[in-house]
Formats: sequence, C-alpha cells, structure tokens
Amino acid sequence: MGLTLTWLSVIVLIPLAGLFLKTLDLSFDQFWSIITSRRTLSALRISFGLSFAAACVNLVMGTIIVWALVRYRFPGRRLFDAIVDIPFALPTAVAGVALTQLFAQKGWLGAPLAELGIKVAFTPIGIFVAMVFIGIPFVVRTVQPVLIDLDPEIEEAAASLGANRWHTVFRVILPSLIPALLTGFALAFARAVGEYGSVIFIAGNLPNVSEIAPLLIVIRLSEFRYADATAIAVVMLLASFVIIFAVNRLQRWAQTRIPTH
Amino acid sequence: MPTQSNLASSTAQVRAYAPTADLNVSSPPSQREKARPHAAASQRDLRTEPGPIRFLIIALAVIFLTVFVVLPLVVVFASAFSRGITAYFAALSEPEALSAIRLTLLIAAISVSLNLIFGVIAAWAISKFDFAGKTFLITLIDLPFSVSPVISGLVFVLLFGAQGFFGTWLQAHNIHILFAVPGIALATIFVTFPFVARSLIPLMQEQGTQEEEAAISLGASGLQTFFRVTLPNIKWGLLYGVLLCNARAMGEFGAVSVVSGHIRGETNTMPLLVEILYNEYQFVASFAIASLLAMLALITLIVKTILERRLDEGQIVSDD
Repeated sequence: MGLTLTWLSVIVLIPLAGLFLKTLDLSFDQFWSIITSRRTLSALRISFGLSFAAACVNLVMGTIIVWALVRYRFPGRRLFDAIVDIPFALPTAVAGVALTQLFAQKGWLGAPLAELGIKVAFTPIGIFVAMVFIGIPFVVRTVQPVLIDLDPEIEEAAASLGANRWHTVFRVILPSLIPALLTGFALAFARAVGEYGSVIFIAGNLPNVSEIAPLLIVIRLSEFRYADATAIAVVMLLASFVIIFAVNRLQRWAQTRIPTH
Repeated sequence: MPTQSNLASSTAQVRAYAPTADLNVSSPPSQREKARPHAAASQRDLRTEPGPIRFLIIALAVIFLTVFVVLPLVVVFASAFSRGITAYFAALSEPEALSAIRLTLLIAAISVSLNLIFGVIAAWAISKFDFAGKTFLITLIDLPFSVSPVISGLVFVLLFGAQGFFGTWLQAHNIHILFAVPGIALATIFVTFPFVARSLIPLMQEQGTQEEEAAISLGASGLQTFFRVTLPNIKWGLLYGVLLCNARAMGEFGAVSVVSGHIRGETNTMPLLVEILYNEYQFVASFAIASLLAMLALITLIVKTILERRLDEGQIVSDD
C-alpha cells in the first residue's frame, strides 16, 4: 500500500506538482500576459474549438455506428465492430502520417477533394479530420454497453402505448442514453484537446491559423521559454481536470438514473 | 471493454427467432415472449426501424468507418510497399531503423514490467482494502489518460531539464535523464501507468476477498495467497492490461518526443523515426517503420478480442 502511494507519487504526483510549482515562479501579470498573447489565445481557441466540433461529429456518427452495430445484423458487422478500436490502437504518429498522406493534394481522398476546391491537409480542416479520427472510439465504446443493456420492455411499452418508432427512439431510447452519450462526448473532446501526434502532421502548423496548443508548448520548450510552455500547460491541465470531474459526475448521475434490472 | 461477445453468442438465437411479420402492435407482450432472452427480442418489428432507414444507418456507419479508419490503415501499407518489397526491407535494415526498433523494444520492456508490478499492487490495494483517500488514488491513476501527452513529457523536462528542479544536481553528478533512455522510460511509464491497474480493478472488485480470506484462514502466507489464489483468478485481465500497456508504450509519441532530444541513432524510438523520415520526404522508409507499428496495433487488436472473449467466459463461469 505504502509502496503504491510512493510509486504513484514519484511517477505522477511529483511531476505534476512540479508543473504547478514552476508556474509560481511567474507573477500573475506575467502569467496573464503569456496566456492572453495573440499566439497563445489562437492556439487555445483552435485546440478547444476544433475539438468541440470534432466531438460533435463523433457524437452523431458514434450514435449511428453504435446503433448499426448493436441493433442490426449485416455482413462484416463483427469486423467493423473491431475496426472501431483502431484509432485507440494505432500509434498517433502513424495515424498522423497516414491521414496526411490520404488527404494531401495528391492523396487518395485529397485529390478528389482538391478538384472540388476543398483543401484538407495543412489547413484547420485537417486538424478537425484528425480529431474526428481519434475521437470516434470514445463515443462508440461508452454508449455500446448501455444500448446493449437497455431493457427492451421499455421500448415495447412505448410502442404498445401507441408511440410510433420515431417517438420511441427520440423520446424513450435516446434520453436513456444521454449520460453515456455525454460521457463519450467529453472523453472524445478531452482526447482531441490534448492530441499531438495525429494532428501535427496534417495541421500545417501556421501560427494563429493552424497551430494547436500542444504544439505551441513543444515550440516554446524548444526555444527554452519554459515559463511560457508551463503557463499554457497549466491552462490545458485545468481544463482536463474540469472534464474529468464532469465525466465522474456524469457517471454517478447515470448510475442513479437508470434502474438496473 | 469485454462486452460484445455475449451479444455475438446470442446471434444464433436471434436468427432462430426470426421476426414474425403478423405481430399485432397493440397487443401486450405475451408470457412466452417475456421469457425470451433480451437480444432475441431485438429482431421483432416493435423494436426496429423501417427497411430504408435501417439501410441508411448501416451505410452511414460503414462508409464513415471505411473512410476515417480503414483507409488510413491501408495507406500505411500501400505507401510502405509503393517502391516494392526490396525497398521496404532495405528501409527496415537501415542502422537508424534498427537502433530505433531496439530502443522501442527496450523502453517497452522497462515500462511494461514496472507498470505490471505496480499496477497489480495498486489494483490489489484499491479493490481488496478500504482506506481513506481511495477515490483520490483512483483519480491519480486515471490522470495520465486525460493529460495531453505533450504535458506528460513537459513535466519531466521541468524536473530534470537543465533549468529544472533537479537539473543542476544531475549535471553536477553527470547523470543523464533527459535526452537519454531514462527520460524516455519515465515519460513512457507515466503515460502507460493506468492500463494494468485499470483493467484489474473491476475484475478484482467483482471477485471480492472471500477466496483470499479462505486461503489465509487455511494457513497460507500472504505471498502464497497472492500467487496461488489471486494471480490465477486475474491472469486474463492482467494479460489484457499488459497487452494495452505494451501497445501504448511502443507507440507513444507526444511525451517521448518532448523528452527524447531526437538524437539520431541514439534516442529515436520508432514513432519518432517515423516523424523524422516523413519530414525528410523519405516516405517509403517512414511508412515502412509505420507499417511495423500498424502491424503491432492490428496484432494487439486481435489478441485483445480473443482475451475479451476469455474474460467474458470467465465471468459466465464465475456467475454460475
């Protein structure tokens, strides 16, 4: 027991405490001016904004995928079920170079899109695509067990009381999936905000346009501007604490809401 | 997430209970229907959508997964072999590639074995004992999952870098942590810590402490109890955690990139070499290394699916 705590302290707690201690070197004004500088603000806005958009897409597409996987039988269903985990399993750098190659102007998808006048790689759209890629398993895997366990009698009751299928799905089934959907959304969002490897290749990394916050941390570190790097890191860390807290609350809410049968 | 295979095993039952088209929508479910397993009922008219909508949803799901997940994977292998098989193997036998593979294997061996030991201890402490601050401990274990990999690397730079807390002391004693193997190992341990503990905690909580208590009351020592009773019970869960931990350890990019210093032939792991070669437009070489990592990911997924089935079977047996 003591051993666990010691190990955790050495590996997790001390390094994180170090991060906060380092920010104390800065006066509040210094901290504030770093955070509100144009480049930092743009990077944070790009990271959080595009992550939010990507998480929204994941929410919708994740729900559709879960529905197809759980409710329907089609050829290759189990294969596609396994495929959902690939973004979890594929190292981020590999995903990054693969997506870039795919969406680059001469790539398999990049070329036809370029003819339509849509440029994906090396633009903010590229960042968005990479974030959608890495976020999709989170929504699917959090909602899947809940949809499988959903009591069929509730649906049957709704239908037998005269609700049409549309009503049953949107008034009865989806509301009971809300805690799981929100948890999946929050996890996908958190992952996208912090994501580095799969985004930096496709992003283009133009300051103020397509530069994500984690990359700005790396750039500041390579310039030996440790204080700047730390300040940005602290903001991101606080954001992820808020998200973890929200997820924990959501899960508690889900447990009290859905009666276990 | 060992949840799917019980669904899959009931597929056969579902087919046996083919939907009956003449079902009266307004009549309440009969006794006989209630007695059926849940999954079997899912094919009934009441609980499904009209054909065209069903087709649309399946098509959307399949197209999305193909475009966003399958195609990138195919691109990796297509690009790796784009100049033929000789160029592929030539790229993999470059000294730089070999040293990156060696370093990745070394780092994975170090971090998986340490996280194996401490993950088991942490899961044991959390699931078999009650103590103050348990929730805090669980949060601490989960933390590396939700922190950006770049930040995970940054914290070690702040501790061990030249301007860091221990920087001057380390320099005075000529100990290299940052931009060397220890730093890469530390960052990897940090990001992979949750896997073993996380996959064991639910399993060990479910199993409770009865068997251990029985063993101890029969005179077994603590270690004997652990190796003869606890370990056999958790072996599939443990393997599952180790598998995921290993995959992440070999593939970690962000955290390692911050602490490694990118010294060619010395501190480049495979993911870092993928980046360097790609930025130098050596696409075949870059994708050749990437293809090894992609194969690792695929093997991990296959073994994971097998293990999930084992875990589910184990649960069914222990339920009876």
